Amino acid sequence: MTTALKSAGEQKLAEHFNNSKANLPGLTEMRQSAFDKFAAKGLPNKRVEEFKYTDVRSFWSEVGAMAPIPQASDVKAAEEGAHFFSKLNADCITLVDGHFSTGCSVAGVQVLAMADALQSKNPILKELGSLVKVNDNPLYQLNSALMADGVVIRVGKGVKLDKPLHLRFLNSSKALASASRVLVLVEQGAEITILETHESRNGIAAQLNDVAEFIIANDARVQHVRVNAEGQDALAFSTLTARIGAHAYFSTVNNVFGSKVARHQVYLAFEGEKSSAVVNGTALLTGSEHSDSTLVVDHIAPGCDSRELFKTVIDDEAVGVFQGRINVDPEAQKTDGKMMSACLLLSDNGAMYNKPELEIFADDVQCGHGATCGALDEELLFYLESRGLPRVEAESLLIQAFVGEVIEMVENEDVKDELIAHLSNWLMTRR
Amino acid sequence: MLEIKNLVVSIEDKQIINGLNLKVAKGEVAAIMGPNGSGKSTLSYVIAGNEDYEVLDGEILLNGENILEMEASERAAAGVFLAFQYPLEIPGVGTMTFLKAAMNAQRKTRGEPELSTPDFIKQVNAAAEKLEISKEMMKRALNVGFSGGEKKRMEILQMALLQPSFCILDETDSGLDIDALRIVSEGVNALRSLDRSFLIITHYQRLLNHIVPDTVHVMSNGRIVKTGGKELALELEANGYADYRSAELA
Repeated sequence: MTTALKSAGEQKLAEHFNNSKANLPGLTEMRQSAFDKFAAKGLPNKRVEEFKYTDVRSFWSEVGAMAPIPQASDVKAAEEGAHFFSKLNADCITLVDGHFSTGCSVAGVQVLAMADALQSKNPILKELGSLVKVNDNPLYQLNSALMADGVVIRVGKGVKLDKPLHLRFLNSSKALASASRVLVLVEQGAEITILETHESRNGIAAQLNDVAEFIIANDARVQHVRVNAEGQDALAFSTLTARIGAHAYFSTVNNVFGSKVARHQVYLAFEGEKSSAVVNGTALLTGSEHSDSTLVVDHIAPGCDSRELFKTVIDDEAVGVFQGRINVDPEAQKTDGKMMSACLLLSDNGAMYNKPELEIFADDVQCGHGATCGALDEELLFYLESRGLPRVEAESLLIQAFVGEVIEMVENEDVKDELIAHLSNWLMTRR
Repeated sequence: MLEIKNLVVSIEDKQIINGLNLKVAKGEVAAIMGPNGSGKSTLSYVIAGNEDYEVLDGEILLNGENILEMEASERAAAGVFLAFQYPLEIPGVGTMTFLKAAMNAQRKTRGEPELSTPDFIKQVNAAAEKLEISKEMMKRALNVGFSGGEKKRMEILQMALLQPSFCILDETDSGLDIDALRIVSEGVNALRSLDRSFLIITHYQRLLNHIVPDTVHVMSNGRIVKTGGKELALELEANGYADYRSAELA
């Protein structure tokens, strides 16, 4: 086996794999194969095109110990750091340090700990990695090799849930590395809203490399709201994949409220005709935070719509990255795709890298992309100030309006209100 | 009320206002007329506190206090209000959200308690009805998708709610049809009081038929070159600004 694992971080990851592979649950061959693929290239660095602006090898130079199954005291400590959607009427599944902690029972929905599913060779797991393209991604490969636990959710055919399902990912007070895997199967005609929150208190330098895979059957409708509030010391790498059937709807919005480094990768494939998807994101960055949103949308089947809207607010020396790619296969006629990334720069020292791309092989399509970057409009600020709003309040109102365009698209009113409240809190801390 | 002494203002190294003197008494409605480029809008921005303009000399006293050192928001809380010639559209900021934020910000600066939501809504509804502003308009983002006339009515609505003591109307008549001009003028006239002064900037005498001024000033080349009563506006309408342009050159 050839290996490119040279940096201290990479060697540590190899050590983790070799030490734990005998004990990791199930799929031994798949894990070895994923790790071999990862080892052939190692952690991606800035010379790898897809990682040009997010050098994972240098960000992840010191790899922590892999998180063990948490003790009751760890769970308790982690739960103290849970704030998002805590008062919302939702069914809750809690994971601590990447390990399944508590589940819930919902009619028509099957919930399994991923470790149990892996251990028992549950046939549902044949769907893991079924979005073929993602298997080339090094972070995904690493997760496949090291995943210790997570959750499997199956929403039965035609099951329509009014209450959101809330996946709470919490971190105990130890700074640990973890790799969790979520598999969500939404069967034909089912409808669900999934909230996925990742929280730890500031000062916990958690290192996360999580994957969530969605398989959305024909006529299903899935709304997904993700929150990254890992805190200013965390490394948060995450990958979301979605295979979308025919006449289905999928929306996902990732809201970054704070991480030292965040990279959220979305791989979406339209496999059935006449489906729609919305992939949105917001990022509020201060200090030296770094947030990367990378997405690949594959229009394979004809007649599908995709809409992507990303809003990034950059203060201090923070760095934002948006890399979006829409691929339209020759068969995917009547594709309608629009992708937009807008950035608000609040300081002279921040930076934003926007890289939208289209690759179109069909001739009857409507596709567009755009990217903007700018400061707050001085004329608008003066208008607001002339009405009595002090400068910072005027700025807050305009920032809220900028980010609000994305948050307003969340259909669940309670979820939307809470996201706006957290946005207001973030704006208060700026003052 | 407001006294401007020897005001000199430039923007991007171009001097626009050249030693302007002006007094507006408490309760007075003063009009400023003048040709394009005479510095009328600049004057309104400088009084309101726009920092794009550099004040090279002079002072602006509001009730005896020099406001030039104050931020725009502090001037607003002190009673200055500028109705913009071109009110700005602010996508994403709801009209009601904006109005409440503005009213409460001013109250906070003045050390007054915040308005309760029912009180706020009551005040807004009453003021909106007088200006024939529909509930639907109030639900939109501020000025977004409003017609020219609707935007001007929204300016007067803000004026009515914020209850300023010194109101500047910068070409409020521009872009208004006859009906809108009537509604806006009635809105302004309803706010006239012994405690409130107005500075009305306009090119045309038309507006002054509706809002009858106490004094009329002619501005040319960054200065007040003539002051008179309301009949001065009629004279200007008949003869144009030619006399004042040549007076400047002479």
